[in-house]
Amino acid sequence: MRDDLLLRWAAKLLIPFILLFALYVQFHGDFGPGGGFQAGVILAAAVIFYALIYGLADARKVAPEPLVESMMAIGVLIYAGVGVAGLLLGGNYLDYFVLDHDPVHGQHRGIFWVEVGVATTVSGVMLKIFYMFADRGRVDE
Amino acid sequence: MVVTVWVLGRSRNLFVVVVLSGVYSFFMATVLVAMDAVDVAMTEASVGAGISTVLFLGALYLCKSREAHAMRRPWLPLGMSLAVGATLVYGTLGLPEFSDAQAPIHQHVVPRYLNEEKDEVGVPNVVTAVLASYRGYDTLGETTVVFTAGVGVVTLLRRRRRARAS
Repeated sequence: MRDDLLLRWAAKLLIPFILLFALYVQFHGDFGPGGGFQAGVILAAAVIFYALIYGLADARKVAPEPLVESMMAIGVLIYAGVGVAGLLLGGNYLDYFVLDHDPVHGQHRGIFWVEVGVATTVSGVMLKIFYMFADRGRVDE
Repeated sequence: MVVTVWVLGRSRNLFVVVVLSGVYSFFMATVLVAMDAVDVAMTEASVGAGISTVLFLGALYLCKSREAHAMRRPWLPLGMSLAVGATLVYGTLGLPEFSDAQAPIHQHVVPRYLNEEKDEVGVPNVVTAVLASYRGYDTLGETTVVFTAGVGVVTLLRRRRRARAS
C-alpha cells in the first residue's frame, strides 16, 4: 500500500487527529468518557495505522522496538510507583489522599498518574503484539 | 446484530468472518451507548472493532484465508454449547430487571460512590473515580494482566523464530 497516493495522503491527514484524540481521551477521562485504557489503545491504533500504510520499517522508526518493550514495563511500574509514593507519604498502598496537602487534589494527582501508567502499558503491549504478528513470514499456500 | 451473527456462522471465508466480527463489535458498542455505558462502549469500539480486527487480519495474513471443513459432524460440541447457553439464559431469569433501582447491586456501595464521590475524589466521571481510586487495586491487577499477556506473546513468538534460525 506504500505507493497508493490517496491512502498515504489520507493517513497523513488523519494520524495527527487520532493522536490528538488519544491525548484528549487520556486527559479528559476525569470529565468525559475514557481513560488510560482507551487512550492507550487509540495511541497504538494510530501507530498501527501508520505501519499499515507506510510499512513496518517506517513504523519501527517512529516507535522503536526497545521503546515499545520498555513501555510495557514502565506503565506497570508507574502505577505501582504511585502506590509506593502513597506508602512513603504515610498512607496505605494506593492511597491518593496523601499525595497532596488537599486530599481531593491528591486524588486528582493519583488518578492522573495511574491513568498515565495504564495508557503506557496498554499501548506498549498492543504495539508489541502487532509488531510480533506483522513481523512473521507468510506461510506458503 | 442477528443478521451479522447468522452470516458469521454460515461464512467459510475467514476474511469475511474477521470483518463481520468487527461490524458486530460496532453494533455492540452502539447498544452499550444506548444503555448509557459510554466508557465500556468506547473500549468495545477501540479494542473489539479496532485492534482485534487488525490483529486477526495479521493472523489471517499468516495462514490460509479459507476455513478447513470439519472432519466430523460437531453434534456433541453443539449440544454442549446449547446446553450451557440455555443454562445461562435460565440464570438471567433470576436477575433483577434492567435499571431496577431496587436491585441488590444498587443497594450496597453504589449509593456511597454516587453521593460522596464528589467530595471524596472530586472527579466528575464516576466511572474513572471508581476505576482508578476506589478500585485501584483491581485496576493495578488489570494492568499487570495486560503486561503479562504482552510478555507471554513476546516469549512465545520470539522463541519460535530463534528455533527456526538455528
